[in-house]
This record gives sequence, structure tokens and C-alpha cells, in this order.
Amino acid sequence: MRVLKYLLQKEFLQIFRNKSMLPIIFVMPILQLCVLSFAATYDMKNTNLYIVDKDLSSHSRELISKFNGSPFFSVKEIGFSVEEAEKEIYKDKIDAILVFNNDFGKSVDLKKGASVQVLINAINASSAGLYNAYISSVIQDYNRKVSASIREVGTGVPVHFVQSSYLHQFNPEMKYIPYMLPGLLVLLVTVIGLFLSAMNVVREKEIGTIEQINVTPIRKSQFLLAKLIPFLVIGFFELGIGLSIAAFLFKIPFLGSVWLIYLVAFVYLIAILGFGLLISTQTNTQQQAMFIAWFFMVIFLLMSGLFTPVESMPEWGQTLNILNPIAYFIKVIRMILLKGSGFFDIVNEIAILTVFAVSVVSIAVNMHRKVA
Amino acid sequence: MNRDVKVIKVKNLCKKFGDFNANNNLSFEVSKGEIFGFLGANGAGKTTAIKILCGLSYPTSGEISVAGFDVYKQREQLKRNIGYMSQKFSLYEDLTVFENIRFYGGIYGLSKEVIHGKAADLLKKLDLQHARNKRISSLPLGWKQKLAFSVAIFHNPEIVFLDEPTGGVDPVTRRQFWDLIYEASREGITIFVTTHYMDEAEYCDRVSIMVDGKIEALDTPTKLKEDFNAEDMDQVFLALARKATNVE
Repeated sequence: MRVLKYLLQKEFLQIFRNKSMLPIIFVMPILQLCVLSFAATYDMKNTNLYIVDKDLSSHSRELISKFNGSPFFSVKEIGFSVEEAEKEIYKDKIDAILVFNNDFGKSVDLKKGASVQVLINAINASSAGLYNAYISSVIQDYNRKVSASIREVGTGVPVHFVQSSYLHQFNPEMKYIPYMLPGLLVLLVTVIGLFLSAMNVVREKEIGTIEQINVTPIRKSQFLLAKLIPFLVIGFFELGIGLSIAAFLFKIPFLGSVWLIYLVAFVYLIAILGFGLLISTQTNTQQQAMFIAWFFMVIFLLMSGLFTPVESMPEWGQTLNILNPIAYFIKVIRMILLKGSGFFDIVNEIAILTVFAVSVVSIAVNMHRKVA
Repeated sequence: MNRDVKVIKVKNLCKKFGDFNANNNLSFEVSKGEIFGFLGANGAGKTTAIKILCGLSYPTSGEISVAGFDVYKQREQLKRNIGYMSQKFSLYEDLTVFENIRFYGGIYGLSKEVIHGKAADLLKKLDLQHARNKRISSLPLGWKQKLAFSVAIFHNPEIVFLDEPTGGVDPVTRRQFWDLIYEASREGITIFVTTHYMDEAEYCDRVSIMVDGKIEALDTPTKLKEDFNAEDMDQVFLALARKATNVE
């Protein structure tokens, strides 16, 4: 224990003497959460529309005014030629084109079913999906109004139509930030933990001090534990800053227990830091360690469900995610914050992360070589 | 000093890297308190042997005991009883002089009081009291080397291994460094030192000269000069090293 104390003292001194450390600890979380939360948004605003109105009837104008009045769309231009409109799409100035043919108004009046053509710039498939959904809902809305004005012959009762109503549970306004921010918090502690730990042991190899450590009776487990604990403390601190920003700046809901988040973070960080140390003990230069850490980071992250729903991945991808610690933590932190899930709702995830933590740290200690 | 106690016993030490024999059947003994010079050209296999004796590397075969402990089975006890100063500079540049001393004292299990007391004596002896709270990175190389040696023997090991400890240091500082070595030897610490400076070889009680992984000569400097009919160790070394085939 006393040996561990001296090792920890040395690690903390070295970490805080590193000039780039304080910016990493304080500036990085604030920048990352604030910038990414606003920038990586799925909320749709300012879709640029080009409207080709060959009809110029009161009906087409009424529908156009609905788009004009919506905060999600901005009608950039109204013209008469589809070709002209398409040119604007090529220049990437327009996201979607709405075309009214010259019989639109007449068809509405004759109640024989009018149609509007929608052309969408689908370079980004997911935003194209969103444009389509938003545009359809505006047209739907108009549609209902028109149908309501149609009365059955004889009785004068409006034609009956079915309307489904829905409630988005746990995030009723489908806000983007409460969903994204917990995930970004996970990203934050993961990046910092994985990279700092992956660079650490190998740095001692590069400067040569590891040899001096290896001729002492320090045990491998003591050495690696002394490397792990400081980063665990830093990770907790980062999580604290992140959660405070989430609560006070973004005011995202905190339905569950913060202590439970910390419990999960404890096992999660040990797994991530153990993995970083494993990389560090198996590489010879910081550059190698950096590349390997980056490689795994990108794979884990893109498969984790932070940006894309895990459920829409192919079966094999979802199976691979069994081994992805980031996926568990992102899922669990969203459950705790947005749904208020308790310990017993996430006990499986905690158990799996604990298995990860214990095995990866044991592997790192085992693979670390004091003797060549 | 009891010259009969052998603190290092090496019998038929071999180390192979693939087909290459880095250490080919080395056998020698070192007595307690002795200053043992371990010479050889670059690539002769000195560092390989020193790493095996320190428990940093496994031998391919041979019987080796250091400070009475077997290098195969009793590595941790062995490590408790040796000090080591490598070619690469081994103190932490981003820690201060005192923090380095405290760290190395602490990991060998010395108590806080002992560390503080010995550190004060040490800094006084090296005339480094003014630099106690300075970072190592700000010290001149000569000071760093003297400090690194003192840290390597801070826990009173039986043997200290020095791998080219005076590389790049000016002659005055080298002389001072050897004063520290003599002092440690007087206190009963065995010194196992490699060097490229032949004047330093003259300071040793006994010298071995390695060529191509084998020990070609082992005796006192005076006896070696007689045997090779040489005026100084430089000539002895050149006479032997010319036979080398593994020149870098």
C-alpha cells in the first residue's frame, strides 16, 4: 500500500505538471459539449425550398403560404420551370423542390385528387428522410382541411376520416439535445480516458524511465493501478463538469440518480482505462499507441448508437456491439437521465461492464512485461 | 571488507537472439565491495549481460546468482538488493530533485523519516541543497548523473550496476563521479560498471574485456598491462578489440 501511495503521488505530480493537461481537463469538456450539442443537431430548421408553381391558383398559394409560415422551411424562390429549380439543387442552394402542375387548383375544386411533386436533394439520406417527413406533414395538414370542407351529399356531415394521435414518451417534444448530450458526455470521458491512458506507459518506455521502474521490486499490478487511478479521478471530474453543463446550461431532464451514473461510470472507466493501458503496454512508441487507440475509438463510437440508432444496424453489427463498452454506457446514461431507470433496470449492463473491466485490467497486468 | 564473499556468481551464461550469440558462455565472479569494470566495444554484449544480471532480461542458459538470489526464481528479492543506472537517463525530468529521491526511496519501502533524513545528507554531500526543489530538466548533465547514481544506491543495495554512467560528461565531473563510486565501494557496495573510457578502467579493481559476446581477458588492470605488454589499458583494449567481428 505504501508503495502505491508513492507511485500515485508521482503520477499526480506528473499529470498536473504537463502543460497541456489543464486545458484538456477544463476547456475540452466545455468546448465539446457546447459546440457539438448545437452543431451536431438532428433538429430540422431552415430547409431551403424552391417552389415551381405552374398553377398560380388560390389553392396552390394557400399551400405555399403554409410552407412560408413554417419555421422549418424557408421558401427561397418561386418560379415556373423545373429545370431552373434543378440547377439550384446542383449548386447545393436548395434542399427540396415542390412542383404544382397547372391542373392542381382545378383538381382540388373537382375533388378528384390533386397531386404535388416533391424533389429532394438526397445526398444525405437521413436529412432527405426528414425533409420528406416534414413536407408530407405540411401537405397532410392541408389535405385534412380540404377534406373537412367536403360534405357528404344529402346529410351535410363532413366526410369521416381517421386521425391517429401520438405521444413521444420520455422526450415529448422530440428535442434533440436531451437525447444527444448524454451520449456526448460518454464520448468526452471516453476520449480523455482512452487517450491519456494509452499514451502513458509507452511514454515511460520512450524516455527510458520504465527500465528504472523494472529493476525495482514494484509489482506489475501496483504499477498499472497507479497509472489507472489518477485517470479515473480525472474521468469522474470531467463527468461532473459535463453533467453540470447538461443540467444548468442545457437544462436537460435528470430523472434518474446521478449516483447511479457514477456507479456505471466507475466500472466503465476502469474498462476503458484498462484497455488504454493494455494498448500502452503492448506498443513501443506514443505514435503507435495513438493510432491503435484512435482505430478502436472510431469503431466503438460509430457502432455505439451515439449518432445512429443501434436498432437499424444489421444483425451482425448488433451482435458485435455485445463487445462495445461505449454502446452500453450510452444506452444506460440515456435510460437513467431521460427515463429515470433505476439500478435493477440496468443491472445487466452493469454486470457486463464489470466483466469487461475485470478482464481487461487482468489482461493488461498479465501482458505487461517487466522482463524482456 | 571480506573479499571472499562472492556477490555475483555467473557460470556459463548464454543469451541468444535467434542465431546470434550475444553472450557466449560467460563465467565470472565478483567479490563484495569490488569495483568490477565490464569493458567491450559497442555491440560486444555488455548491456545484454547487465540486463540479465539485473533481472530485466531472461538468460538463454547458465547458472547466475546475484546478491545470493537466483535470477530465474528469486527476481523480486534480487531486485530489492540491487541498484541500477542505465545508459538512458533514468530520473524523471518533470519532477524535482527531492521528488525523485522521495519516489525512489518510497518504492523501496523506506519510511518517510528515513527518506527525509537521507535526502538532506545526500543533497549536502552533492552540494545540491540549492537545487532541492528544481526540476531535473533544469540541471546540467554532470549533476544529473551524480544524482542518478546517488538515487540508485539510496536504498543501500548490495550491488549497483552502472551502464556507461559517464557518457558525455566532462573530465572534472567524471573524476567527481568516480569519487562517489569509491565512497560507495568503501561502504561495502559492490560496483559493476561498464565504460568506454579506458582511463576509468584503470580505476577498477578488476576488469573484464568482452569481444564478440565472450570474455577474452579478466584480471587487475596492472596484470592485464603486463600480460599484453602494454603501457596503458587503451593498448590492452585495442589489442583485444581488433579481433572483433561484430563491429557496429
